[in-house]
Amino acid sequence: MLPMFLDYETLRLIWWLLIGVLLIGFALTDGFDLGVAALLPFIARGDEERRLVINSIGATWEGNQVWFVLGGGAIFAAWPYVYAISFSGFYLAMFLVLAALILRPVAFKYRSKRPDPAWRSRWDWALFVGGFVPALVFGVALGNVLTGVPFALDSDLRSTWSGSLLDLFSPFALVAGLLSVSMLVLHGAGWLSLKIEHGPVLDRAKRWGTGAATASVVLFALGGAFLAYGDFGFRLAGPEVTDGPSNPLLSGAEAAPGAWLDNYSKHSWMLIAPLLGFAGPLVALFGIRARADVPVFLGSSLAVIGTISTVGLSMFPFILPSSVMPEASLTVWNASSSHLTLWIMLIVVVIFLPLVLLYTAWVFRVLFGRVTTAEVRSSADFY
Amino acid sequence: MIDFAVVDMSRLQFALTAMYHFLFVPLTLGLSFMLVIMESIYVMTNKPVWRDITRFWGKLFGINFVLGVATGLTMEFQFGTNWSYYSHAVGDVFGVPLAVEGLMAFFLEATFVGLMFFGWEKLSKLAHLGVTFMVAIGSNLSALWILIANGWMQNPVGSRFNPETMRMEITSIMEVIMNPVAQAKFVHTVSAGYVTGAVFVLGVSAWYLLKGKHLAVARRSFAVAASFGLAASLSVVVLGDESGYALTDNQRMKLASLEAMWETHEAPAGLTLFGIPDVAEHRTHFEVQVPWVLGIISTRSFDGQVLGINDLVDTAKIRIQRGILAYDAVETLKTERTNVQAREQFELHKADYGYALLLKRFIADPRTATPADIDKAAYSTIPNVPAMFWLFRGMAGLGFLFIGFFGYAFWRASRDRFEPGLFLKLAVLIIPLPWLAAELGWMLAEIGRQPWVVEGQLPTFLAASSLTMGQIWTTIIGFTLLYGTLAVVMVRLMLSAIRHGPERSAPVPAQPGAQPALQPGGIIPLPAE
Repeated sequence: MLPMFLDYETLRLIWWLLIGVLLIGFALTDGFDLGVAALLPFIARGDEERRLVINSIGATWEGNQVWFVLGGGAIFAAWPYVYAISFSGFYLAMFLVLAALILRPVAFKYRSKRPDPAWRSRWDWALFVGGFVPALVFGVALGNVLTGVPFALDSDLRSTWSGSLLDLFSPFALVAGLLSVSMLVLHGAGWLSLKIEHGPVLDRAKRWGTGAATASVVLFALGGAFLAYGDFGFRLAGPEVTDGPSNPLLSGAEAAPGAWLDNYSKHSWMLIAPLLGFAGPLVALFGIRARADVPVFLGSSLAVIGTISTVGLSMFPFILPSSVMPEASLTVWNASSSHLTLWIMLIVVVIFLPLVLLYTAWVFRVLFGRVTTAEVRSSADFY
Repeated sequence: MIDFAVVDMSRLQFALTAMYHFLFVPLTLGLSFMLVIMESIYVMTNKPVWRDITRFWGKLFGINFVLGVATGLTMEFQFGTNWSYYSHAVGDVFGVPLAVEGLMAFFLEATFVGLMFFGWEKLSKLAHLGVTFMVAIGSNLSALWILIANGWMQNPVGSRFNPETMRMEITSIMEVIMNPVAQAKFVHTVSAGYVTGAVFVLGVSAWYLLKGKHLAVARRSFAVAASFGLAASLSVVVLGDESGYALTDNQRMKLASLEAMWETHEAPAGLTLFGIPDVAEHRTHFEVQVPWVLGIISTRSFDGQVLGINDLVDTAKIRIQRGILAYDAVETLKTERTNVQAREQFELHKADYGYALLLKRFIADPRTATPADIDKAAYSTIPNVPAMFWLFRGMAGLGFLFIGFFGYAFWRASRDRFEPGLFLKLAVLIIPLPWLAAELGWMLAEIGRQPWVVEGQLPTFLAASSLTMGQIWTTIIGFTLLYGTLAVVMVRLMLSAIRHGPERSAPVPAQPGAQPALQPGGIIPLPAE
């Protein structure tokens, strides 16, 4: 038998943090790949410029994408209800994301295999779709999670979902979707600031970055206003059992408009997350104005961390509230895996995540340095 | 109520996307290790021709790998999108190997694969070989964890059903990892991947030899593929996954149905080479049998009995009756969590709980089952016997063909006989066959698991998401169009890369005092071939 050192409640909390870390890891690494791909048609003219941009992420997007796959696997293992209910509920939205993300690797790999300009231009647009669509849908999905999603559970814990693809696009969800796009476009511009040679392409990227940073601040503020004055929000009802069996039917919750801001008055240190959400884009803007490169990437990274943390902290302990059956809402305390599974997975993460970070850092170090047009012309290994 | 049309369509979509995914996986598994072998020879001998060889097959590897990664995304999320109840009911166990796969294996291969292509000029030769090795290890570890997950569906060890959460939960991770079905599956599946890689390299090399092009690369690749393929084809048959077939009732049913063995025979049972299974009459016509072989292979003994289909159905009837008692207890526990009597009744019959769920195909509440319902449910545990019978013969026949094929190829390679002729033409023609064998094998394994999605625990028809037909049609059509287009593009690129052939390293102009071994990628003037 595996010796167990942590109680159920602590493990559930740790896993809420870990899933948050994984999602932030995904948005920080693959996020700039999505942003760069979404920027591609607008900042790079002609084949050489396009290849400059593509090869700035060419060697590393594949590893970055694993954060997404791992996010899926970790949610499956740690929060099976969330995996089961959200992905089947967001069915067609998930298909859109998958189709776009399936196009992306193929576009990277196949684009430069033929000289035909029409061929290359088609794949460049596929890359754009592979960047823009996931960025938008992830944001829209998170927006829906905040407003509550229409699922109900029967006594076997089988879920049914009432709502279609178009129902996902409420005004607030659109704000969240656009915020996600502008944040990741900014992050893409931040990455390019570090990774490609100074020149017209980078100048254009920074111009788009200026717009994206401004939009991020405005949309983030707008989203906050929705949280405060919108008609959504949830809170726990009844006694809070944190170490009971994972069965959403045994706990209670209710709809409470505006309740997503409750945590900030209870724990004021949490305000650091929304502050970062505002400060990040401003730091990036400062970097662009001051013609400094590092602050742009730093700022966009802070924006990503701050924004995602804000969503998580506002909702805590909720993970997936239900708009039609609020009492069945999924929380950190009622939707996790068993005590033993959380423990096993924690051990695996403690061993392997540092290894992953270590060799990822090594790979980034080997590939360190700006991609140049000269390199694009001469290297046989480039896309 | 369950919508059976949605279940069938969900199964169709899973079969389409999983089988499509597995068109790319075996070549990744096999070719990645062959790249390690080729690059090792380059590092050890320092001959640039081996660098050309590695880079050429690496290029083909890349074209294939990327589609494996792309289509793997669907697999990671499809349990949630289309098999929502399954994900809830077994996520506590099944999610673990999937998450570990991401963390331990997929990260490794995906992080290093970029460097494998972009790092030729940035790394020392040895470091680059290390990177290639990490890609191969990562891909194969990935297969290990996926097959641990799949093996658990076939033989759900190390777990129990918890009525408080209405799902399966882990009791022992070691049992899940050491599951004999999973281990047998892993060895069998990666060996099949190695065979695929070897047939591919051998076939393409044979084509060059027939055309008289790129001979230096083709001969060496032929030799590597012949020896690697011989070892792999032996392993795939000898370490076939029949060894796990005596473990559970469903595995026994799978064995009986792929042999179309209706009655239990006296031990040791004979192996049927040929026959025409007759499902209506429960017998097999025109049987040609080899005595003893089946009993010895599957029970590893002379006196172990191999149960026939009819006896296994009788066992199922008894388990369904007991399962109804467990089901009754679970229903009581839903409303009275502390009912001691119900808890005891559940503990007594929990091993058969899943069998009661089989009744839900015919009636809403298993507690109201008539003997006729129980009969129907028991007969529903027989998978599609003719399909099983022929799939197995197709797969196994191809397996033996590969042994003969690689045996002869190895003999020719060891004699340096590469002259064009019938064998080389044959070697080109059989390129698609390992893919066929692999797909037949998966169909055999998964059709044989029916009616269960998790053996003895959860029937497939209860596992699907509550979707609409419109949603599933949209994604089936969408995936078919997307995957179809990508397949056409991929095959064209692959063929054009093969037609283009390997690049030759440009000789490095001699620099006084330069040490060739220290140059990154170490390109040295070609010695005369």
